[in-house]
Amino acid sequence: MTTRALDPVQRRALRRQQLRRAGVYALAILIALWILLPIWLIGTMAFSTRDDVYGFPKQMAPIPFTTDTMQFFIDQPGIIDGTRNSIVVAVITLAMSTLIAAPAGYAISRYFFVGRDAYRLGILAVRAFPIVILAVPLAVTFIEWGMFDKVYSVALMHTALTLPTTVLVVSSVFASIPREFEEAAKVFGCNAYQAFMRVVLPLVLPGIAASAIFTFVMSWNEVFAATLLTIRNRTLPALILYQLNKSSLQFQYAGGFFMLVPSLIFIFFIRRYLFNMWGQITK
Amino acid sequence: MAEIRIENAVKTFGKVVAVDNVSLTVHEHEFVVLLGPSGCGKTTLLRAIAGLGMVDSGRIMIGSRDVTYLPPKDRNISMVFQSYAIFPHMRVFDNIAFGLKMKRMPKDEIKRRVQSAAELLHIENFLDRYPSQMSGGQRQRVAVARAIAVHAEVLLMDEPLSNLDALLRLEMRAELKRLLAELKATTVYVTHDQIEALSMGDRIAVMREGRILQFDSPTKVYDMPADRFVAGFIGTPPMNFLEGQVRRHDGAVSVYIGDYALKPIPELAETLARYDGQPIVAGIRAENMEALGQPAEDALKVTVLVVEPLGSQNLLTIRIGEDIIKVSTHPDFRAAPDQDIWIRFPSDKIRWIDRDSGKTLLPDLDKLMS
Repeated sequence: MTTRALDPVQRRALRRQQLRRAGVYALAILIALWILLPIWLIGTMAFSTRDDVYGFPKQMAPIPFTTDTMQFFIDQPGIIDGTRNSIVVAVITLAMSTLIAAPAGYAISRYFFVGRDAYRLGILAVRAFPIVILAVPLAVTFIEWGMFDKVYSVALMHTALTLPTTVLVVSSVFASIPREFEEAAKVFGCNAYQAFMRVVLPLVLPGIAASAIFTFVMSWNEVFAATLLTIRNRTLPALILYQLNKSSLQFQYAGGFFMLVPSLIFIFFIRRYLFNMWGQITK
Repeated sequence: MAEIRIENAVKTFGKVVAVDNVSLTVHEHEFVVLLGPSGCGKTTLLRAIAGLGMVDSGRIMIGSRDVTYLPPKDRNISMVFQSYAIFPHMRVFDNIAFGLKMKRMPKDEIKRRVQSAAELLHIENFLDRYPSQMSGGQRQRVAVARAIAVHAEVLLMDEPLSNLDALLRLEMRAELKRLLAELKATTVYVTHDQIEALSMGDRIAVMREGRILQFDSPTKVYDMPADRFVAGFIGTPPMNFLEGQVRRHDGAVSVYIGDYALKPIPELAETLARYDGQPIVAGIRAENMEALGQPAEDALKVTVLVVEPLGSQNLLTIRIGEDIIKVSTHPDFRAAPDQDIWIRFPSDKIRWIDRDSGKTLLPDLDKLMS
């Protein structure tokens, strides 16, 4: 074994590098904890006994473990219906948003047309407009058109709200597929439709799927429009929000956990899907 | 098999004229290289032949068919893309078979053709792989295999070697040339690399600013460039240019570089005589001058600026008047910076170029015939 002697300059540089790396790790851990700690706490409480939920200080693990709290939440009136509403709304939103966004995203990424940049900006403008200002006219219009308190009207609203993000995500997915792939397909015997179906679609599918799932999560989590447009047919977040300040701690923790889980699973799923399919080659 | 005929093709992008009234005929089985700097319109012209960009006006014929407005799939062409454009979600086999499957060929015929194309390019052991599991050079081979498997009448290649590293490019160049000679497809090959063009093409079309400046065999393009641009674009180093004055003495025409007189060949004497008293540009290639260590008759005394030993030759940089020129000498020729040497210019190797138009002066053919 030989120990390499470092001169002071090298040693200082080495120490500085180690220090910097330690700093980066510390910061990363801090940020992760910032996100994870509340989630962990909610999860712990959701599976703790009633006494533990009300106890203080809070415990960091669900011991003793029980599903009573979750059961209590699910047994509350309206939760099953609210969940079903939420899923229906999210699925309709996902379908409509993706169906509209896919062609729009393709057009933005592939074609130069008059007003393309204006169109891009216009899409974003929808998001820039605070929905609070729209609340009253929106509710009035939906009532006038007889669409108030309907599941599909929440889905329509969610489609409008998610479209900007979906279009931009989808267009960037299309933009990552080189034009030459389509051209090669055409040279080797495809018409435009076949080139799209055989070459472009398989390549963008993971990206589109990810964006669709993202849309689902956005709709699942959306609470304002859902609260605004429904009274009896509440989606889950609207229902929970409505009951939050008059409900027990058990209900709050269990409800939080119940809302959280699908989002976490889906996002995790998107992540894996995106990284696994064909590695970096589609970039 | 078919010839390609392009008649008065024009293609503009906004205000930019990418292809400016180009006419070009590629014979059956011929290998034509479109050569030019980037932005000269060569790729646009190739894409027009492929049908990936329609011309604004003009006509494109393949064989006896007018394909000007046909989509790529109906043109009976095949293409190798600069970025290869092999499909990442398909195995090598399916990539090569893509064109054949689109033609709904029987399965065993597809298998046979893919196999033989893969063997020609030495990738028969990689047929089960995905492109992401292959190196750049291997992907390039897949792209070529896919292009030749369809047995198209016309093979188009858009800078197929430009993404390879230098050594691999050299190797692929020879291999492609052998392959294409075997296939006998009518080939149009786009490149900005003049060595590639010289080494591979049957004929080279040198392009600049949307026009074809010269369309000749590689030797002709190299030896008799049509104008100053071609002369300066082709060759390593490019052709040297020396400015001189034309003077007539007792019926004989000479071009003076300072006090030194260059004698034109008799065939060009008459043409040059018209420039009496005017400047003219002499173009000569580095390897066509003779460098001497001692003074000699007809030799111009010059001073060496730089000596670059390149192994197979020594490249000297010398100054003559205002002009800096490169002279290639035998590697044994001894020279050092600031040393005087003597240069001889063989008359038949000098190309005379009109200073204003940039065009090379040609012998008056009618006169020569009579």
